[in-house]
Amino acid sequence: MLEHVELFFKSIFIDNMVFAVFLGMCSYLAVSKKVATAVGLGAAVIFVLAVTVPMNWLLDKYLLQDGALVWLGPEYADYNLSFLSFILFIATIATMVQLVEIVVEKFSPSLYNSLGIFLPLIAVNCAILGGSLFMQAREIETLGLAFNYGVSSGIGWFLAILAIAAIREKIRYSNVPAPLRGLGITFIITGLMGIGFQSFGGMLTGGGDDAEEANEQVNQVLQPEVITPLEEEIVVEENKEIDEKVISYNDVNK
Amino acid sequence: MALLSKKDTNLITDPLADNNPITIQVLGICSALAITAELKASLVMAISVMFVLGAGNVVISLMRNIIPSKIRIIVQLIVVATLVIIVDQVLKAYAYELSKTLAVFVGLIITNCIIMGRFEAFALANGPWRSFLDGIGNSLGYGVILVIVGFFRELLGSGTLFGYPVFGDPIMKTGLYSTGYENNGFMIIPPAALIVVGIIIWVQRSRNPALVEEN
Repeated sequence: MLEHVELFFKSIFIDNMVFAVFLGMCSYLAVSKKVATAVGLGAAVIFVLAVTVPMNWLLDKYLLQDGALVWLGPEYADYNLSFLSFILFIATIATMVQLVEIVVEKFSPSLYNSLGIFLPLIAVNCAILGGSLFMQAREIETLGLAFNYGVSSGIGWFLAILAIAAIREKIRYSNVPAPLRGLGITFIITGLMGIGFQSFGGMLTGGGDDAEEANEQVNQVLQPEVITPLEEEIVVEENKEIDEKVISYNDVNK
Repeated sequence: MALLSKKDTNLITDPLADNNPITIQVLGICSALAITAELKASLVMAISVMFVLGAGNVVISLMRNIIPSKIRIIVQLIVVATLVIIVDQVLKAYAYELSKTLAVFVGLIITNCIIMGRFEAFALANGPWRSFLDGIGNSLGYGVILVIVGFFRELLGSGTLFGYPVFGDPIMKTGLYSTGYENNGFMIIPPAALIVVGIIIWVQRSRNPALVEEN
C-alpha cells in the first residue's frame, strides 16, 4: 500500500511529466490557450495513459524482457526481444487510441464530443509513449503499480496543462514585451513553474532511503578503520560530532 | 545544372532561421529540452533526428500514393519506429555510455512532433528528393537550437564543453575559478532549458519583428 502512495505522489509532483522530463510539450504548448480545451486534453491523456501503461506492462513482462518468453516453454528462455519495444509500444498505443475512440463514440456520445477531437492527437503525444518507456526503464514491479503509474503521471500532466492554461488566459491582460508574446513567455513561465516543482524533490527523501544512504556514506568516509585504545575516547567524541553533522545535514535536506 | 535550384536551397535554409521547427513551428520541444544539459548528448540527438527525419521523409514520400489516408498515422508511426530502433541499436553498439544518458529519449524520437509534422506537411505531398532536403533542413534547424542550448547549459552549468574543462578546475580553484567565479548549478536542472529556449525566442523575434505573435 505504502509503495502505491509513494509512487502516486512521486509521479504527480517529483517526476512530473511536463516539468521534470518535458514530455508532451508539443500539445502542452499548442492546446493551452483556453482552460476548457486544456481540461479536455488533460482528461484524455489521463484516460489513455491509464489504459496503455498496464497494457504495455503486460507486453513487456510476457513478451519483451530478457527471458520473458519462458512461459512458452524452457527452450524459449534465451530470447530477449527488448529491441522491439519501441515498435510494439507505439503500435499498442495507436491501436488503443483508435479502439478507445470507437468505443467512446458508440457508448457515450457526450464524452466523445468533449474528448473525441483530442484522441487522434494523443497517439503522437510524447507523454503517452514516454509513460510506457519510463515504466519499462524504472522496472515497475506489478500490474497494479503500472496502472497507478499511468494514472498518476496522467494527473501530473493534467495539472500542468491546467495551470499553464489558466496563466495564459490571464496573461493576455499584461504588457509582455512584444518579441516574448505567445510562445516565449509561455516557455519562461513553464521554466519558473518547473523550478517551483523542483522543490517537491525533498518530499520523499526526508528520512527516506537517500538520507540513510548519505548517512552511511558519511560514516564510512569519516570512521577511521583502526582504533587504538588511546585514541578511542577522541574517536567517540568525533563520532558524536559527525552524528550531529549528519543530523543537521538531514534537516537541511528536509 | 546546379545541384540545388534556388527553391531547393530554401528548403534547407528556411528552417535554420525564420521557419525554425522549434522556435517558430513549435515542434519537437519534448526531446529538445530534456537532453541538452551536455553538448555531446545534444549533438548526438541532433544527428539521430537528422537520420530519422531524412530517411523517413524519403520513405513516406515514396509511399505517398499507396498509403490509404485513413491509416496513414499508423503507417508513419511504424516507419519512424523502425528507423528509431536502428538508431537505438547503433547507439547501444558504438556509444553505450551515451545511450545510457539519452535513455528513453531516443525512443521518444518516435513521437517527436517534428517528424510527424514534416511527414504530414511535406513528405505526403512532395517527391523524394525535395522531401529529403526538407528533412535535412528541418533537422538542421532543430539541431542548431539543441546545440546552442547545450552549449550554454554545459558551459555555464558545469564549466566544460564536450566534457573538457574550459574555465579551469572548480575544486583546485585554477583558471577563472581563482577569481571567485562559480558554476551556475541552476543551468543543470531541467527547467533552465525552458528559460534558455525562451531567451533564444526572444532574441530571434527581436531581430525579426515579423515573427511577433498577437499574444
